[in-house]
Amino acid sequence: MAETGDVRATLSLRNRVALAITAVLLLGGVLVLIAALAYGRQAAREAYDRLLLGAAADIAETITVRDGRALVDMPVSAFELLSLAPDDRIRYRVVGPDGTTLTGDPTAPLPEIRGGDESVFLDGSFGTEPARYVVFTRRFAERSYSGPVRVVVGHTLLARREFARDIARNALLVLGVAGGVMALFGWLVVSRALRPLPRIGAALAARQPTDLTPLSLSAPAEVATMLTSLNDFMARLDRQSVATGKLIGDAAHQLRTHVAAIRAQAQLAASETDPARRDRIVSRIEARAVGLGGLLDQLLSRAMIIHRADTAPVAPLDLRDVAVEAVEACDDLFLAAGTEIALELPDVPVMVRGDTLSLIEAVKNLLTNALRHGRPPIRLGVENGSTVRIWVSDLGGGPDPGVVLSARYAKAGPGAGSGIGLAIAREVAEGHGGEIAMRSDGNRFIVSLDLPGIAV
Amino acid sequence: MKILFLLFTWLPIPAECAELRAAFGPDGAERTATLRGTTDLDVFGPVIEAFLQTRPATRIVYEQWGSNDLYALTREDCAKDRSGADLVISSAAHHMVELVNRGCASSHSSAATAGLSPRLEWRDQLWGITREPAVMVYNRDLVAPQDVPRSRFDLLDLLRPAGNPFVGRVATYDIEDSGLGFLLAFSDSLEATTFGGLMEAFGRSGAVATCCSAEIIDAVASGEYLVAYNVLGSYALQRAREDVRLGVVAPEDYTLILTRAAMIPAAATGKDVAEDFIDYLLSDAGRVDLVNADLIVPIEGEDGAQIEVSGAVATLERLVGLTPALLVAMDADKREIFTRRWRNAFPQPARE
Repeated sequence: MAETGDVRATLSLRNRVALAITAVLLLGGVLVLIAALAYGRQAAREAYDRLLLGAAADIAETITVRDGRALVDMPVSAFELLSLAPDDRIRYRVVGPDGTTLTGDPTAPLPEIRGGDESVFLDGSFGTEPARYVVFTRRFAERSYSGPVRVVVGHTLLARREFARDIARNALLVLGVAGGVMALFGWLVVSRALRPLPRIGAALAARQPTDLTPLSLSAPAEVATMLTSLNDFMARLDRQSVATGKLIGDAAHQLRTHVAAIRAQAQLAASETDPARRDRIVSRIEARAVGLGGLLDQLLSRAMIIHRADTAPVAPLDLRDVAVEAVEACDDLFLAAGTEIALELPDVPVMVRGDTLSLIEAVKNLLTNALRHGRPPIRLGVENGSTVRIWVSDLGGGPDPGVVLSARYAKAGPGAGSGIGLAIAREVAEGHGGEIAMRSDGNRFIVSLDLPGIAV
Repeated sequence: MKILFLLFTWLPIPAECAELRAAFGPDGAERTATLRGTTDLDVFGPVIEAFLQTRPATRIVYEQWGSNDLYALTREDCAKDRSGADLVISSAAHHMVELVNRGCASSHSSAATAGLSPRLEWRDQLWGITREPAVMVYNRDLVAPQDVPRSRFDLLDLLRPAGNPFVGRVATYDIEDSGLGFLLAFSDSLEATTFGGLMEAFGRSGAVATCCSAEIIDAVASGEYLVAYNVLGSYALQRAREDVRLGVVAPEDYTLILTRAAMIPAAATGKDVAEDFIDYLLSDAGRVDLVNADLIVPIEGEDGAQIEVSGAVATLERLVGLTPALLVAMDADKREIFTRRWRNAFPQPARE
């Protein structure tokens, strides 16, 4: 029996799509997370910087000058404002024009400030924690007190981080939900797109073993391509099957004719008492047997041609090589008949696309026919042109017209088989997209395979 | 069973000046911790004993401190990264907020701390463990029932007439001596404009600013003072139980609710005991102990017969929350301004 195909099921298309979507979502998730964190950090910075500035301005507002010194009546509201970052530690400092700390933590940072800036933000630290500070300037121009008073307010970054994380978390949540929906839709779409495949599988499984007719199903373009290939493949299988059946029919028919003749002769020989006549009958049996052998050769060769028609690799080849090899193959036959083949080959290659063995077989059959049925001199030639041609000619009259058309009913007798030879040649010609042509120009009969040539 | 634990040992007081010092639990215990607090030893001792009842291998040394000294000491410990106390509990919440803001505390979170309301907890480093109203105490014998002040407005009205019997006989905490006193006065100043009038009235009537709950309440009982304003309810209640002469009123315009704040210093070595103790204080069993110690004082119209209150309880309570806003009370300029105002009302510090 035929070997069982080794079909390995790799990762299913559905899973592949699922993997791809997951990968896209993960990658997208990372990108969105990075973007959201960056955005969140920015948003948190802006929001909480305003908070700091508000608190600093609030504090600056309460500075009063009394008896030539500034006094800060620290407002609770500033700290309530800062409490909006509930878990952050707070640090502040108010510095007079002479650089002395009026109130607050004297170790809080105070950067050099260029002239006009009302407020400056800076990153710093508070103990071991990172912190953000604002420096707010209020200018005094009293008789007893003048110059800029700087209010430094800072806090740690816990609330900012939490805010940024919150934004990122929300973005991820949205992405997660969207991703889930996308994945679901992806799954549905793929499931739907793949539905034709099991349908084709079911249609094939439901068929009779001998049913090789094309499948008629509607399917998406990608699947339709596969379906067309499948149908082509089945058509080829069908042709092979039909040709094989025909071959077996032909062979049975021809063999029966020959075997019947041999049996009849053998019966005659058995009942013949006259040795001389019996010898004649025996030699006739022998001739029949030789004919039968030839017929079998041809049947085999035809079987080979049928087999190769669909399977042999097709490659560019030179028809001159075909001619030379066919002559060599028939050398013995022609030597025995005491005649020769005249080769007429052009100087340039004559290229066709085809199977060398089949073509040689076809030409051999043409040569054998010419030797058997025609009259020498026999010539073999190759011609170039838009249609390339390999031909055999002799001085005979050619076969009966009926022989050419049908190889099935080749006449019995010593001459039997010329029909098969022609049939082989015709099948080869048609297999190569060409045809077989026969013509007579007065005294010469020419049979040729006309094939489509290819550019060299 | 309890007797065993009641036997705490008096320890010699070191030069550093804790007011009192006592150790609970066995010598050479596996786990030890030092607890510094402003609460009186005889009030807080039973709570510690109850805690140690289920923890035989733990020893707690309790040091009782004045709030200002405790703040200064804890701040110094923090600055020098020195391991002093393992747990600090102070009624001066603004001190504690400042210490936590300074970064002197270590974090602890548990199911117990998570159950606290946001105003009683800050940064997982500061927890409000008690609930004590600031009340007025009066002498029942000397103040006629119709004169008993139910609110600050009543007190103002009592002090208004010239030659009223209250002249020189109203007392309150001195804000410079007592961190708690400052916090109460400061909270009053934020709460309502009444405080300005009260200051003025105090000044006019020669009210006395002095130190320490015990002294003030004793003086009210003895009749030296008729009314004490802004006394911590826990002390007042305990004394009022023993002394029928004392009446306690939760002002009906508003009543400040204070909470003792606990924190674990960053350099503490006995953090596990401290955390365990915090969790215990916030647990149901701990709450019961604190109620028994009068450190959690419910204000209830009828049931809490000890505290006289009129009006709706829910609207009169003003919890002084553990928020960064208390940092204002620590600001140098703010203190100067506030103290100057105070001194205008109480010209001579009442120090003997």
